[in-house]
Amino acid sequence: MPSHRVPSEADVISTVEFNHTGELLATGDKGGRVVVFQREPESKNAPHSQGEYDVYSTFQSHEPEFDYLKSLEIEEKINKIKWLPQQNAAHSLLSTNDKTIKLWKITERDKRPEGYNLKDEEGKLKDLSTVTSLQVPVLKPMDLMVEVSPRRVFANGHTYHINSISVNSDCETYMSADDLRINLWHLAITDRSFNIVDIKPANMEDLTEVITASEFHPHHCNLFVYSSSKGSLRLCDMRAAALCDKHSKLFEEPEDPSNRSFFSEIISSVSDVKFSHSGRYMLTRDYLTVKVWDLNMEARPIETYQVHDYLRSKLCSLYENDCIFDKFECAWNGSDSVIMTGAYNNFFRMFDRNTKRDVTLEASRESSKPRAVLKPRRVCVGGKRRRDDISVDSLDFTRKILHTAWHPAENIIAIAATNNLYIFQDKVNSEMH
Amino acid sequence: MLSKGLKRKREEEEEQQEEEALAVDTWWLDSDHPAVAPAPPAVASSSLFDLSVLKLHHSLRQSEPDLRHLVLVVNTLRRIQASMVPTAVLPPVPSLPAAPGMADNLLASSDAALSASMASLLEDLSHIEGLSQAPQPLAEEGPQGRPIGGPPPSLGSLDLLDPATGCLLDDGLEGLFEDIDTSMYDSDLWAPASEGLKPGPEGGPGEDAPELKETELDYLMDVLVGTQALERPPGPGR
Repeated sequence: MPSHRVPSEADVISTVEFNHTGELLATGDKGGRVVVFQREPESKNAPHSQGEYDVYSTFQSHEPEFDYLKSLEIEEKINKIKWLPQQNAAHSLLSTNDKTIKLWKITERDKRPEGYNLKDEEGKLKDLSTVTSLQVPVLKPMDLMVEVSPRRVFANGHTYHINSISVNSDCETYMSADDLRINLWHLAITDRSFNIVDIKPANMEDLTEVITASEFHPHHCNLFVYSSSKGSLRLCDMRAAALCDKHSKLFEEPEDPSNRSFFSEIISSVSDVKFSHSGRYMLTRDYLTVKVWDLNMEARPIETYQVHDYLRSKLCSLYENDCIFDKFECAWNGSDSVIMTGAYNNFFRMFDRNTKRDVTLEASRESSKPRAVLKPRRVCVGGKRRRDDISVDSLDFTRKILHTAWHPAENIIAIAATNNLYIFQDKVNSEMH
Repeated sequence: MLSKGLKRKREEEEEQQEEEALAVDTWWLDSDHPAVAPAPPAVASSSLFDLSVLKLHHSLRQSEPDLRHLVLVVNTLRRIQASMVPTAVLPPVPSLPAAPGMADNLLASSDAALSASMASLLEDLSHIEGLSQAPQPLAEEGPQGRPIGGPPPSLGSLDLLDPATGCLLDDGLEGLFEDIDTSMYDSDLWAPASEGLKPGPEGGPGEDAPELKETELDYLMDVLVGTQALERPPGPGR
């Protein structure tokens, strides 16, 4: 996405999300803006712009706020965007910063009425004495206008920083999670929410674990999962109790004693959790791996993929420069056969669950001319080094791909690299496998 | 920039142990080192401890700490501390007098201070959050509503980690907040200096307060007070 302004901190993209059809792609940034892209329909008239994404709408979702009681500023950075399933001509999405969730409605206007009796073309009231006959106003086409309006503001629900929102499959409720609590909201009701998880200890000095991410099951409206900073996942059933502090299932992998270090807990902290489209599996991302969990097996993940194991020997430096606390997201493709996650040096990784093959690609201007084929990259860790390999020590840890999204049906991915958005399409194999 | 381990007076045996720990830990500074990860040191180096303390300070100094970062750093620090404490029996931590000098408190409760300061700050966070929640229309909050009144454990321990308070001995706690209007806050929230500076729960949950030798306490005092120029902590409400 070309930026005509000098890139600033506010332009850093903080979340990326396709809608349920993949027609729209929303990004949120640190400056509180949301930019929505729309996929152009493929047309024979313009074969060179087949199905590409263009800017559809831009709006300011959140502004910085100042909490006078606590004397601190609430950041306007958009932490998450989630689309509502489309129920009419309008598109709706939820966007959230650290404290407040907003429901936005995006509508199109491509016709306008002309021929009013009481108003003239500019909208000024006519002199009634000049009106000699009545006419019926007619709808005439106009240039497409996309209008965005805030429909709900869900405020004051969270003491701590919101890290996730998730829309329920019932399309009526959604949940929002902060470090210690998860609330359930009704989309139409803003003045109250139900607290469904609370892990705040009676004494804050006993606090050793926080909630890091949460999501509703895609099909079962009573089930949701939340992950913790200690690497555990808890599947909860809202039918079991009003307060879901007791999990239905606890997914936790025992620590590998051969890999134990002072940083074991930090690197086990789950930064993202996503249900598969089928609802049978969960995908989690921790600092060095992505793991696939079967909902029927709590003892360990069924698959573990190393994202950048060469960093295992660098954990101390990464602790020093705080990179070890980076929170990477993960994504499934439409058929749940491939998983994707970001890494450093603007690399992102894809793992094919069937063939067990993986690939490292780079999102950068140099390697991504339009319609160019991405070249697989390799990080070498010593020993024989091929040309074009990057050595571990040359990795740029300031260029990190934290946010990625996969089109719900096709092989189109959106990669956020700092303040740039890359959209890659697999033209040869457009249908999902 | 990584801080190097501080030279400190120790018995010969401990010096050797420290050298070994440092030797193992500096391997990652060597860029020519092969990528095969050596076994992690059983005992953390002092530099890792210092680094973690610095991170904890930095995290606590934020107006609204990142809770995840804070919890992870504290848990890591606890692991490091646990590995550093020798198993030999040491003299017990002296109990604090009613009106102590700051230095004595630091010596006596350095580890407890870490837990207590983190705990008290988190408690303060929760008290202050509780204040702001008063108008909040939350339904079915459940019985675990946040307490608004009541004194938090030892505000005084907040000061223990702040080297600037070394010079507030004369002014006491009041001097810290001279320029801040606290009229909005319940005065019960802030323990007056005369109550004394309690160390808070010993060593945090599940841990005993380590019994430290005087030389080690000297070192820890240096770390916490003397060597790093730390800013004054934020006043109430931050």
